[in-house]
Amino acid sequence: MMAIRDELQNVSPEKLVVEGVSKWFRTRRAAVQALDNVSLNVREGEFVCLVGPSGCGKSTLLNIIAGLESPDSGQVLADGKRIAGPGRERMMMFQESALFPWLDVMGNVMFGLKLKPNLNNGERREVAQYYLHLVGLESFMHANIHELSGGMKQRVALARALAPNPRVLLMDEPFGALDALTREQLYGDIQRIWQERKKTIVFVTHNVREAACLGDRVVLFSPHPGRIQEKFGVNLPRPRDINSVDLAKYSTEITRSLKRHLHPETAEVAE
Amino acid sequence: MKRLLMIVLFFVLWILIWQGLYQARIWSPVLVPGPWSVARYLEGALLDGTLWHATVVTMRRLLFGYFLGIICGLPLGLLTARFKFMEDTLGIAALGLQTLPSVCWVPLALLWFGQTESAMLFVVIMGTLWSVVIATDNGVRTVPPIYAQAARTMGSSQFHTWVTVIVPASLPFIVSGMKQGWAFAWRSLMAAEIYVTILSGFGLGHLLHYGRELNAMDQVIGIMLVIMVIGLLADKILFSPWERFLHRRWGTAKN
Repeated sequence: MMAIRDELQNVSPEKLVVEGVSKWFRTRRAAVQALDNVSLNVREGEFVCLVGPSGCGKSTLLNIIAGLESPDSGQVLADGKRIAGPGRERMMMFQESALFPWLDVMGNVMFGLKLKPNLNNGERREVAQYYLHLVGLESFMHANIHELSGGMKQRVALARALAPNPRVLLMDEPFGALDALTREQLYGDIQRIWQERKKTIVFVTHNVREAACLGDRVVLFSPHPGRIQEKFGVNLPRPRDINSVDLAKYSTEITRSLKRHLHPETAEVAE
Repeated sequence: MKRLLMIVLFFVLWILIWQGLYQARIWSPVLVPGPWSVARYLEGALLDGTLWHATVVTMRRLLFGYFLGIICGLPLGLLTARFKFMEDTLGIAALGLQTLPSVCWVPLALLWFGQTESAMLFVVIMGTLWSVVIATDNGVRTVPPIYAQAARTMGSSQFHTWVTVIVPASLPFIVSGMKQGWAFAWRSLMAAEIYVTILSGFGLGHLLHYGRELNAMDQVIGIMLVIMVIGLLADKILFSPWERFLHRRWGTAKN
């Protein structure tokens, strides 16, 4: 029965399909095109990084995939179904942790779980504890948010996003505000969790090296209007170290492409 | 322990200075009664039940009107923050009415409701309501949009987001608005009680008024002390727990 229905629906093998998405932002004075005819497919379990300078629409695309904004033209499919609004299946993580200061750490992780039916409160607490353990903050269960460091806040935000067990994780420069050392730890954590929990991740950053370190694929955006300029596959074994020489080769290649587009004249001189 | 000692010492010193001034006879004892005569008045009023009765009457008016004011003010503040139309109508009206000293409602209340409990209640509600509306509105507007976005990606519906995210996120503003509303309501109720007699119950304001009529300065000062103590207790019982919670959670406490 299932098989027949799947055949009839012609379900796409892709987890996320972005088809010709355009998005304008209109102010009273002018209209700015944030995205121009962007198409992108993301496979189940893939780690895709979107990089580009600010204003290239990468965060807008992430918001559209999350369902927080809707495209002016084109569409986004998740598991073959058109995205109409936010959903638990696609959890978002922001640059500022967006943790709720009126709840403690546990309360924050429980927030999404409480909205999940078919679980009793005991089970919810167990799940929350499991994810706090996974990010190494089990002992900070009852801490207040302001008592945590920047890195710990992002770990809690990660636990909160993971707890309702979404298939897709959308991350908007989640490590942008952290110091280098903390960031390196989190690169390790996120790769480990991605592999253990088998998530599909779309990760937005302006840091090329970070993108090359984390992504199976790196999608390079160019600004005004936001377009996909080039896609790179990163074939390196995991877990990857941000400081490795092999990684540097990829990031140099991507950076070169980025510069070529931003300043065509100078880039050619440099070649 | 040391702190408690300091507090006690301070007030003992205060009373001693008062007693000293009284004994120096600089002013007539009719105008400046000594601490003992005030204490004797308070003892008498406590024993014959007038003080307790007046306190109950006043607090009943105050608490009832205050909570009605909050129950109405909170949703109205949410509405003015949510809908442009409400902001341009009720929001502007609230802003104007809040600048009106709440004592100014007393004459209107007396003409509308006569010398009744309803008039007292009306004055207290007007004192509370507008402060709560404006504080709630302000609070909601300062909530970072990212909180609501985060909640929505976790599957929170519009209504659920308002109840579990927007309202708690604006709590620091709401609590300070409630505190201001309390102060306004308390002041205007006292003014109203001093201003007119309400036959259905003699409050603390009336005792103060009759103290003046009878030239009984010990009663006037005694009742003023009682009113002060009630204000202090209200702060400690009604607001301190909230403020402690907010400081602890938001990390805004000094130490």
